[in-house]
Amino acid sequence: MQQFWVLLRHEMLLEWRQRNALGGMLLYVVSTVFVAYMTFKVVPALSWIALYWVMLLFAATNAVAKSFMQHSTGRLLYYYSLVHPLQLLLAKLAYNFLLLTVIHLLTTAIMSLLVGNPVQDLPWFWFTGWVGLLGITAILTLVSAIAQKASNQSTLMAVLSFPVVIPVLVLVIRLSKQALDGLDRSVGQAWLLNLVAIDLLVVAVALLLFPYLWKD
Amino acid sequence: MKQNWYKWAAALLILYTAWFGIMGDVPRKVVLNESIRNLYFHVPMWFGMIIILGASVYHSIRYLQNPLAAHDIKAESTAKVGVLFGILGMVTGMLWAQYTWGEWWSADPKQNTSAIALLIYMAYLVLRGSFKDDQQRAKVSAVYNIFAYAALIPLLFILPRLTDSLHPGNGGNPGFGAYDLDGRMRMVFYPAVLGWTLLGFWIANLRNRIIYLQHKNEA
Repeated sequence: MQQFWVLLRHEMLLEWRQRNALGGMLLYVVSTVFVAYMTFKVVPALSWIALYWVMLLFAATNAVAKSFMQHSTGRLLYYYSLVHPLQLLLAKLAYNFLLLTVIHLLTTAIMSLLVGNPVQDLPWFWFTGWVGLLGITAILTLVSAIAQKASNQSTLMAVLSFPVVIPVLVLVIRLSKQALDGLDRSVGQAWLLNLVAIDLLVVAVALLLFPYLWKD
Repeated sequence: MKQNWYKWAAALLILYTAWFGIMGDVPRKVVLNESIRNLYFHVPMWFGMIIILGASVYHSIRYLQNPLAAHDIKAESTAKVGVLFGILGMVTGMLWAQYTWGEWWSADPKQNTSAIALLIYMAYLVLRGSFKDDQQRAKVSAVYNIFAYAALIPLLFILPRLTDSLHPGNGGNPGFGAYDLDGRMRMVFYPAVLGWTLLGFWIANLRNRIIYLQHKNEA
Protein backbone atom coordinates (compact mmCIF):
# COMPACT_ATOMS: atom_id res chain seq x y z
CA MET A 1 0.00 0.00 0.00
CA GLN A 2 2.97 2.26 0.70
CA GLN A 3 3.99 2.03 -2.95
CA PHE A 4 0.53 2.97 -4.12
CA TRP A 5 0.54 6.32 -2.34
CA VAL A 6 4.07 7.12 -3.45
CA LEU A 7 3.15 6.34 -7.05
CA LEU A 8 -0.05 8.36 -6.88
CA ARG A 9 1.85 11.31 -5.49
CA HIS A 10 4.45 10.79 -8.18
CA GLU A 11 1.78 10.89 -10.92
CA MET A 12 0.42 14.15 -9.57
CA LEU A 13 3.88 15.61 -9.30
CA LEU A 14 4.63 14.67 -12.90
CA GLU A 15 1.42 16.29 -14.05
CA TRP A 16 2.13 19.38 -12.03
CA ARG A 17 5.55 19.71 -13.60
CA GLN A 18 3.97 19.69 -17.04
CA ARG A 19 1.32 22.21 -16.20
CA ASN A 20 0.92 23.21 -19.81
CA ALA A 21 -0.23 19.67 -20.66
CA LEU A 22 -2.79 19.83 -17.87
CA GLY A 23 -3.86 23.28 -19.00
CA GLY A 24 -4.12 22.04 -22.59
CA MET A 25 -6.42 19.25 -21.48
CA LEU A 26 -8.72 21.60 -19.62
CA LEU A 27 -8.68 24.01 -22.53
CA TYR A 28 -9.68 21.08 -24.76
CA VAL A 29 -12.86 20.72 -22.71
CA VAL A 30 -13.61 24.43 -22.88
CA SER A 31 -12.99 24.59 -26.65
CA THR A 32 -15.17 21.55 -27.39
CA VAL A 33 -18.02 22.93 -25.37
CA PHE A 34 -17.61 26.26 -27.11
CA VAL A 35 -17.68 24.65 -30.56
CA ALA A 36 -20.83 22.77 -29.58
CA TYR A 37 -22.32 25.98 -28.27
CA MET A 38 -21.53 27.91 -31.44
CA THR A 39 -22.91 25.20 -33.71
CA PHE A 40 -26.05 24.42 -31.70
CA LYS A 41 -26.86 27.74 -29.97
CA VAL A 42 -29.90 26.14 -28.36
CA VAL A 43 -29.49 22.49 -27.42
CA PRO A 44 -32.63 20.35 -27.11
CA ALA A 45 -32.76 18.49 -23.78
CA LEU A 46 -32.17 15.00 -25.21
CA SER A 47 -29.31 16.15 -27.40
CA TRP A 48 -27.78 17.82 -24.36
CA ILE A 49 -27.19 14.42 -22.77
CA ALA A 50 -25.79 12.92 -25.96
CA LEU A 51 -23.56 15.93 -26.57
CA TYR A 52 -22.36 15.87 -22.99
CA TRP A 53 -21.25 12.26 -23.12
CA VAL A 54 -19.66 12.48 -26.54
CA MET A 55 -17.60 15.45 -25.42
CA LEU A 56 -16.70 13.84 -22.12
CA LEU A 57 -15.69 10.59 -23.87
CA PHE A 58 -13.37 12.41 -26.26
CA ALA A 59 -11.88 14.54 -23.50
CA ALA A 60 -11.40 11.43 -21.36
CA THR A 61 -9.74 9.52 -24.21
CA ASN A 62 -7.35 12.39 -24.74
CA ALA A 63 -6.61 12.77 -21.05
CA VAL A 64 -6.01 9.09 -20.32
CA ALA A 65 -4.19 8.34 -23.58
CA LYS A 66 -0.96 9.80 -22.31
CA SER A 67 -0.96 7.86 -19.04
CA PHE A 68 1.43 5.27 -20.45
CA MET A 69 2.53 6.95 -23.64
CA GLN A 70 4.30 9.85 -21.95
CA HIS A 71 6.88 7.59 -20.35
CA SER A 72 10.06 6.85 -22.21
CA THR A 73 11.16 3.22 -22.40
CA GLY A 74 13.96 3.98 -20.00
CA ARG A 75 11.59 5.35 -17.39
CA LEU A 76 9.33 2.31 -17.68
CA LEU A 77 12.30 0.02 -17.29
CA TYR A 78 13.14 1.87 -14.10
CA TYR A 79 9.61 1.35 -12.79
CA TYR A 80 9.80 -2.38 -13.52
CA SER A 81 12.80 -2.73 -11.27
CA LEU A 82 11.14 -0.85 -8.42
CA VAL A 83 7.42 -1.54 -8.08
CA HIS A 84 4.80 -4.26 -8.34
CA PRO A 85 2.70 -4.04 -11.54
CA LEU A 86 -0.61 -3.95 -9.66
CA GLN A 87 0.56 -1.05 -7.53
CA LEU A 88 1.46 0.86 -10.65
CA LEU A 89 -1.83 0.12 -12.38
CA LEU A 90 -3.84 1.00 -9.28
CA ALA A 91 -2.00 4.30 -8.95
CA LYS A 92 -2.62 5.08 -12.62
CA LEU A 93 -6.29 4.14 -12.26
CA ALA A 94 -6.71 6.31 -9.17
CA TYR A 95 -4.97 9.22 -10.80
CA ASN A 96 -6.92 8.97 -14.04
CA PHE A 97 -10.17 8.64 -12.13
CA LEU A 98 -9.33 11.82 -10.25
CA LEU A 99 -8.50 13.56 -13.51
CA LEU A 100 -11.74 12.48 -15.18
CA THR A 101 -13.68 13.56 -12.10
CA VAL A 102 -12.26 17.06 -12.58
CA ILE A 103 -13.11 16.98 -16.29
CA HIS A 104 -16.62 15.76 -15.46
CA LEU A 105 -17.09 18.69 -13.06
CA LEU A 106 -15.62 21.18 -15.49
CA THR A 107 -17.73 19.99 -18.43
CA THR A 108 -20.91 20.25 -16.35
CA ALA A 109 -19.96 23.74 -15.21
CA ILE A 110 -19.08 25.10 -18.65
CA MET A 111 -22.03 23.44 -20.37
CA SER A 112 -24.37 24.92 -17.76
CA LEU A 113 -22.83 28.34 -18.20
CA LEU A 114 -22.89 28.47 -22.00
CA VAL A 115 -25.78 26.34 -23.20
CA GLY A 116 -27.80 26.01 -20.02
CA ASN A 117 -28.59 22.90 -18.06
CA PRO A 118 -31.90 21.09 -18.61
CA VAL A 119 -31.13 18.33 -16.06
CA GLN A 120 -33.70 18.32 -13.27
CA ASP A 121 -31.92 16.04 -10.83
CA LEU A 122 -28.38 17.32 -11.11
CA PRO A 123 -26.79 15.45 -8.14
CA TRP A 124 -28.12 12.12 -9.46
CA PHE A 125 -26.94 12.95 -12.98
CA TRP A 126 -23.53 13.79 -11.64
CA PHE A 127 -23.25 10.79 -9.33
CA THR A 128 -24.36 8.14 -11.90
CA GLY A 129 -22.05 9.71 -14.45
CA TRP A 130 -19.24 9.51 -11.95
CA VAL A 131 -19.90 5.80 -11.32
CA GLY A 132 -19.81 5.23 -15.07
CA LEU A 133 -16.55 7.13 -15.33
CA LEU A 134 -14.88 4.50 -13.15
CA GLY A 135 -15.52 1.85 -15.80
CA ILE A 136 -14.50 4.24 -18.56
CA THR A 137 -11.28 5.04 -16.67
CA ALA A 138 -10.41 1.36 -16.31
CA ILE A 139 -11.06 0.62 -19.99
CA LEU A 140 -9.14 3.65 -21.25
CA THR A 141 -6.20 3.03 -18.90
CA LEU A 142 -5.74 -0.59 -19.97
CA VAL A 143 -6.20 0.32 -23.63
CA SER A 144 -3.60 3.08 -23.33
CA ALA A 145 -1.20 0.50 -21.90
CA ILE A 146 -1.99 -1.71 -24.92
CA ALA A 147 -1.73 1.09 -27.47
CA GLN A 148 1.56 2.27 -25.99
CA LYS A 149 3.19 -0.94 -27.25
CA ALA A 150 2.07 -0.48 -30.85
CA SER A 151 2.64 1.98 -33.65
CA ASN A 152 -0.09 4.49 -34.67
CA GLN A 153 -1.00 4.93 -31.02
CA SER A 154 -3.60 7.65 -31.20
CA THR A 155 -5.77 5.88 -33.78
CA LEU A 156 -5.54 2.63 -31.82
CA MET A 157 -6.54 4.39 -28.63
CA ALA A 158 -9.89 5.36 -30.14
CA VAL A 159 -10.47 2.24 -32.23
CA LEU A 160 -9.72 -0.17 -29.39
CA SER A 161 -11.54 1.62 -26.61
CA PHE A 162 -14.73 3.01 -28.15
CA PRO A 163 -16.50 -0.28 -28.87
CA VAL A 164 -15.54 -1.59 -25.43
CA VAL A 165 -16.81 1.58 -23.74
CA ILE A 166 -20.28 1.31 -25.31
CA PRO A 167 -21.94 -0.93 -22.65
CA VAL A 168 -20.94 1.53 -19.91
CA LEU A 169 -22.01 4.47 -22.03
CA VAL A 170 -25.42 3.00 -22.83
CA LEU A 171 -26.20 2.49 -19.15
CA VAL A 172 -24.85 5.90 -18.16
CA ILE A 173 -26.92 7.66 -20.80
CA ARG A 174 -30.01 5.82 -19.62
CA LEU A 175 -29.40 7.02 -16.07
CA SER A 176 -28.63 10.53 -17.32
CA LYS A 177 -31.92 10.65 -19.18
CA GLN A 178 -33.71 9.58 -16.07
CA ALA A 179 -32.01 12.39 -14.14
CA LEU A 180 -32.89 14.77 -16.95
CA ASP A 181 -36.58 13.97 -16.57
CA GLY A 182 -36.29 14.18 -12.80
CA LEU A 183 -37.84 10.75 -12.30
CA ASP A 184 -37.76 9.03 -8.92
CA ARG A 185 -34.28 7.68 -8.23
CA SER A 186 -35.52 4.17 -7.50
CA VAL A 187 -36.41 3.83 -11.21
CA GLY A 188 -32.75 3.59 -12.17
CA GLN A 189 -31.62 1.36 -9.31
CA ALA A 190 -31.31 -1.78 -11.47
CA TRP A 191 -29.35 0.09 -14.13
CA LEU A 192 -27.04 1.53 -11.51
CA LEU A 193 -26.39 -1.95 -10.15
CA ASN A 194 -25.64 -3.19 -13.66
CA LEU A 195 -23.28 -0.28 -14.11
CA VAL A 196 -21.45 -1.06 -10.86
CA ALA A 197 -21.19 -4.72 -11.91
CA ILE A 198 -19.67 -3.76 -15.28
CA ASP A 199 -17.27 -1.37 -13.51
CA LEU A 200 -16.10 -4.11 -11.18
CA LEU A 201 -15.77 -6.59 -14.05
CA VAL A 202 -13.69 -4.19 -16.13
CA VAL A 203 -11.43 -3.22 -13.21
CA ALA A 204 -10.94 -6.86 -12.22
CA VAL A 205 -10.06 -7.95 -15.77
CA ALA A 206 -7.69 -4.99 -16.13
CA LEU A 207 -5.92 -5.93 -12.89
CA LEU A 208 -5.72 -9.54 -14.02
CA LEU A 209 -4.25 -8.75 -17.43
CA PHE A 210 -1.94 -5.84 -16.74
CA PRO A 211 0.95 -7.90 -15.29
CA TYR A 212 1.23 -9.69 -18.65
CA LEU A 213 1.41 -6.40 -20.51
CA TRP A 214 3.89 -4.34 -18.68
CA LYS A 215 7.16 -6.07 -19.41
CA ASP A 216 8.51 -6.64 -22.88
CA MET B 1 -8.27 -40.13 -40.12
CA LYS B 2 -8.46 -39.80 -36.38
CA GLN B 3 -8.24 -36.00 -36.60
CA ASN B 4 -10.59 -35.80 -39.55
CA TRP B 5 -13.78 -36.96 -37.88
CA TYR B 6 -15.03 -33.45 -37.29
CA LYS B 7 -14.58 -32.51 -40.92
CA TRP B 8 -16.74 -35.44 -41.98
CA ALA B 9 -19.22 -34.49 -39.29
CA ALA B 10 -19.27 -30.87 -40.50
CA ALA B 11 -19.83 -31.88 -44.12
CA LEU B 12 -22.57 -34.37 -43.27
CA LEU B 13 -24.35 -32.04 -40.87
CA ILE B 14 -24.33 -29.15 -43.34
CA LEU B 15 -25.60 -31.39 -46.15
CA TYR B 16 -28.32 -32.54 -43.77
CA THR B 17 -29.12 -28.92 -42.87
CA ALA B 18 -29.22 -27.82 -46.49
CA TRP B 19 -31.50 -30.71 -47.51
CA PHE B 20 -33.95 -30.62 -44.63
CA GLY B 21 -33.66 -26.85 -44.26
CA ILE B 22 -35.09 -26.43 -47.72
CA MET B 23 -37.17 -29.58 -48.17
CA GLY B 24 -38.32 -30.16 -44.61
CA ASP B 25 -41.71 -29.23 -43.25
CA VAL B 26 -41.96 -25.93 -41.35
CA PRO B 27 -44.81 -24.32 -39.42
CA ARG B 28 -46.82 -21.76 -41.39
CA LYS B 29 -46.55 -18.37 -39.69
CA VAL B 30 -48.26 -15.19 -40.78
CA VAL B 31 -45.37 -12.81 -41.33
CA LEU B 32 -42.52 -15.28 -41.40
CA ASN B 33 -43.91 -17.64 -44.05
CA GLU B 34 -41.14 -19.62 -45.71
CA SER B 35 -38.49 -17.19 -44.44
CA ILE B 36 -38.61 -19.11 -41.16
CA ARG B 37 -36.10 -21.45 -42.81
CA ASN B 38 -33.49 -18.73 -42.35
CA LEU B 39 -33.43 -19.88 -38.73
CA TYR B 40 -31.18 -22.74 -39.87
CA PHE B 41 -28.69 -20.37 -41.47
CA HIS B 42 -28.88 -17.05 -39.61
CA VAL B 43 -29.01 -18.14 -35.97
CA PRO B 44 -26.22 -20.77 -36.24
CA MET B 45 -23.91 -18.01 -37.49
CA TRP B 46 -24.30 -16.19 -34.16
CA PHE B 47 -23.97 -19.34 -32.08
CA GLY B 48 -20.94 -20.27 -34.17
CA MET B 49 -19.43 -16.81 -33.81
CA ILE B 50 -19.71 -16.82 -30.01
CA ILE B 51 -18.31 -20.35 -29.74
CA ILE B 52 -15.44 -19.69 -32.16
CA LEU B 53 -14.55 -16.35 -30.54
CA GLY B 54 -14.64 -18.20 -27.20
CA ALA B 55 -12.09 -20.62 -28.67
CA SER B 56 -10.00 -17.63 -29.73
CA VAL B 57 -10.01 -16.30 -26.16
CA TYR B 58 -9.07 -19.77 -24.93
CA HIS B 59 -6.03 -19.80 -27.22
CA SER B 60 -5.11 -16.28 -26.06
CA ILE B 61 -5.22 -17.43 -22.43
CA ARG B 62 -3.07 -20.41 -23.34
CA TYR B 63 -0.63 -18.03 -24.99
CA LEU B 64 -0.31 -15.90 -21.87
CA GLN B 65 0.31 -19.05 -19.82
CA ASN B 66 2.81 -20.47 -22.25
CA PRO B 67 4.05 -18.18 -25.03
CA LEU B 68 4.18 -20.53 -28.01
CA ALA B 69 3.66 -19.12 -31.50
CA ALA B 70 1.15 -21.92 -32.22
CA HIS B 71 -1.31 -20.57 -29.63
CA ASP B 72 -1.12 -17.12 -31.16
CA ILE B 73 -1.69 -18.40 -34.69
CA LYS B 74 -4.73 -20.35 -33.51
CA ALA B 75 -6.09 -17.32 -31.66
CA GLU B 76 -5.79 -15.21 -34.79
CA SER B 77 -7.32 -17.80 -37.14
CA THR B 78 -10.31 -18.38 -34.89
CA ALA B 79 -10.83 -14.63 -34.43
CA LYS B 80 -10.85 -14.18 -38.21
CA VAL B 81 -13.36 -16.98 -38.70
CA GLY B 82 -15.44 -15.43 -35.90
CA VAL B 83 -15.51 -12.13 -37.78
CA LEU B 84 -16.46 -13.97 -40.98
CA PHE B 85 -19.36 -15.67 -39.18
CA GLY B 86 -20.36 -12.34 -37.66
CA ILE B 87 -20.51 -10.70 -41.09
CA LEU B 88 -22.49 -13.63 -42.53
CA GLY B 89 -24.84 -13.55 -39.54
CA MET B 90 -25.38 -9.84 -40.03
CA VAL B 91 -26.03 -10.15 -43.76
CA THR B 92 -28.46 -13.05 -43.36
CA GLY B 93 -30.12 -11.19 -40.49
CA MET B 94 -30.51 -8.01 -42.50
CA LEU B 95 -32.04 -9.92 -45.40
CA TRP B 96 -34.46 -11.59 -43.02
CA ALA B 97 -35.25 -8.28 -41.32
CA GLN B 98 -36.01 -6.66 -44.68
CA TYR B 99 -38.68 -9.29 -45.38
CA THR B 100 -40.22 -9.58 -41.92
CA TRP B 101 -39.67 -6.23 -40.15
CA GLY B 102 -39.68 -4.20 -43.35
CA GLU B 103 -36.29 -2.60 -42.86
CA TRP B 104 -32.68 -3.59 -43.36
CA TRP B 105 -31.66 -1.96 -40.13
CA SER B 106 -34.13 -1.09 -37.40
CA ALA B 107 -31.79 -0.17 -34.53
CA ASP B 108 -32.77 -3.38 -32.80
CA PRO B 109 -30.56 -3.91 -29.70
CA LYS B 110 -29.33 -7.24 -31.02
CA GLN B 111 -28.42 -5.71 -34.36
CA ASN B 112 -26.53 -2.98 -32.55
CA THR B 113 -24.78 -5.42 -30.23
CA SER B 114 -23.65 -7.56 -33.10
CA ALA B 115 -22.33 -4.49 -34.91
CA ILE B 116 -20.35 -3.58 -31.78
CA ALA B 117 -18.98 -7.12 -31.51
CA LEU B 118 -17.76 -6.85 -35.10
CA LEU B 119 -16.20 -3.44 -34.38
CA ILE B 120 -14.32 -4.91 -31.42
CA TYR B 121 -12.91 -7.82 -33.37
CA MET B 122 -12.02 -5.68 -36.37
CA ALA B 123 -10.16 -3.43 -33.92
CA TYR B 124 -8.38 -6.57 -32.71
CA LEU B 125 -7.25 -7.29 -36.26
CA VAL B 126 -6.11 -3.66 -36.71
CA LEU B 127 -4.15 -3.96 -33.46
CA ARG B 128 -2.46 -7.11 -34.76
CA GLY B 129 -1.40 -5.21 -37.85
CA SER B 130 0.41 -2.48 -35.95
CA PHE B 131 3.35 -4.42 -34.55
CA LYS B 132 6.71 -5.19 -36.04
CA ASP B 133 7.76 -7.65 -33.38
CA ASP B 134 5.98 -11.02 -33.50
CA GLN B 135 6.20 -11.82 -29.81
CA GLN B 136 4.97 -8.43 -28.75
CA ARG B 137 2.10 -8.63 -31.21
CA ALA B 138 1.12 -12.02 -29.83
CA LYS B 139 1.20 -10.94 -26.21
CA VAL B 140 -0.48 -7.57 -26.50
CA SER B 141 -3.23 -8.79 -28.81
CA ALA B 142 -3.86 -11.75 -26.49
CA VAL B 143 -4.44 -9.28 -23.66
CA TYR B 144 -6.83 -7.21 -25.79
CA ASN B 145 -8.66 -10.31 -26.97
CA ILE B 146 -9.40 -11.42 -23.41
CA PHE B 147 -10.28 -7.92 -22.27
CA ALA B 148 -12.63 -7.31 -25.20
CA TYR B 149 -14.40 -10.66 -24.76
CA ALA B 150 -14.95 -9.94 -21.07
CA ALA B 151 -16.41 -6.55 -21.96
CA LEU B 152 -18.56 -8.14 -24.64
CA ILE B 153 -20.34 -10.49 -22.24
CA PRO B 154 -22.43 -7.82 -20.47
CA LEU B 155 -23.17 -6.38 -23.87
CA LEU B 156 -24.55 -9.64 -25.24
CA PHE B 157 -26.46 -10.84 -22.22
CA ILE B 158 -27.52 -7.81 -20.18
CA LEU B 159 -28.23 -4.92 -22.52
CA PRO B 160 -30.58 -6.61 -25.00
CA ARG B 161 -32.75 -7.65 -22.07
CA LEU B 162 -33.10 -4.08 -20.83
CA THR B 163 -34.73 -2.72 -23.96
CA ASP B 164 -37.52 -3.66 -26.30
CA SER B 165 -36.42 -5.77 -29.18
CA LEU B 166 -37.99 -7.05 -32.34
CA HIS B 167 -36.12 -10.29 -31.87
CA PRO B 168 -38.00 -13.27 -30.49
CA GLY B 169 -37.38 -13.85 -26.80
CA ASN B 170 -36.83 -10.16 -25.97
CA GLY B 171 -38.91 -7.26 -24.75
CA GLY B 172 -42.08 -9.27 -24.26
CA ASN B 173 -41.81 -11.18 -27.52
CA PRO B 174 -41.98 -14.89 -26.83
CA GLY B 175 -38.87 -16.82 -27.80
CA PHE B 176 -38.78 -19.03 -30.82
CA GLY B 177 -38.78 -21.97 -28.47
CA ALA B 178 -42.24 -21.09 -27.16
CA TYR B 179 -44.21 -22.22 -30.17
CA ASP B 180 -42.38 -21.59 -33.41
CA LEU B 181 -39.55 -23.96 -32.87
CA ASP B 182 -41.48 -27.20 -32.92
CA GLY B 183 -39.92 -30.65 -32.79
CA ARG B 184 -39.31 -30.91 -36.52
CA MET B 185 -37.45 -27.64 -36.62
CA ARG B 186 -35.35 -28.57 -33.60
CA MET B 187 -34.24 -31.68 -35.46
CA VAL B 188 -32.68 -29.44 -38.09
CA PHE B 189 -31.70 -26.44 -35.98
CA TYR B 190 -29.38 -28.13 -33.47
CA PRO B 191 -27.47 -30.13 -36.11
CA ALA B 192 -27.20 -26.90 -38.10
CA VAL B 193 -25.55 -25.09 -35.18
CA LEU B 194 -23.13 -27.96 -34.68
CA GLY B 195 -22.38 -28.31 -38.39
CA TRP B 196 -21.67 -24.64 -39.03
CA THR B 197 -19.52 -24.36 -35.90
CA LEU B 198 -17.45 -27.39 -36.90
CA LEU B 199 -17.07 -25.91 -40.38
CA GLY B 200 -15.72 -22.74 -38.74
CA PHE B 201 -13.11 -24.75 -36.86
CA TRP B 202 -12.22 -26.53 -40.09
CA ILE B 203 -11.60 -23.21 -41.87
CA ALA B 204 -9.50 -21.99 -38.92
CA ASN B 205 -7.54 -25.24 -39.01
CA LEU B 206 -6.78 -24.83 -42.72
CA ARG B 207 -5.53 -21.31 -42.07
CA ASN B 208 -3.34 -22.51 -39.21
CA ARG B 209 -1.72 -25.06 -41.47
CA ILE B 210 -1.05 -22.50 -44.21
CA ILE B 211 0.68 -20.23 -41.66
CA TYR B 212 2.73 -23.16 -40.28
CA LEU B 213 3.91 -23.99 -43.81
CA GLN B 214 4.80 -20.36 -44.47
CA HIS B 215 6.82 -20.24 -41.25
CA LYS B 216 8.56 -23.46 -42.20
CA ASN B 217 9.38 -22.05 -45.61
CA GLU B 218 10.90 -18.93 -44.11
CA ALA B 219 12.99 -20.84 -41.59
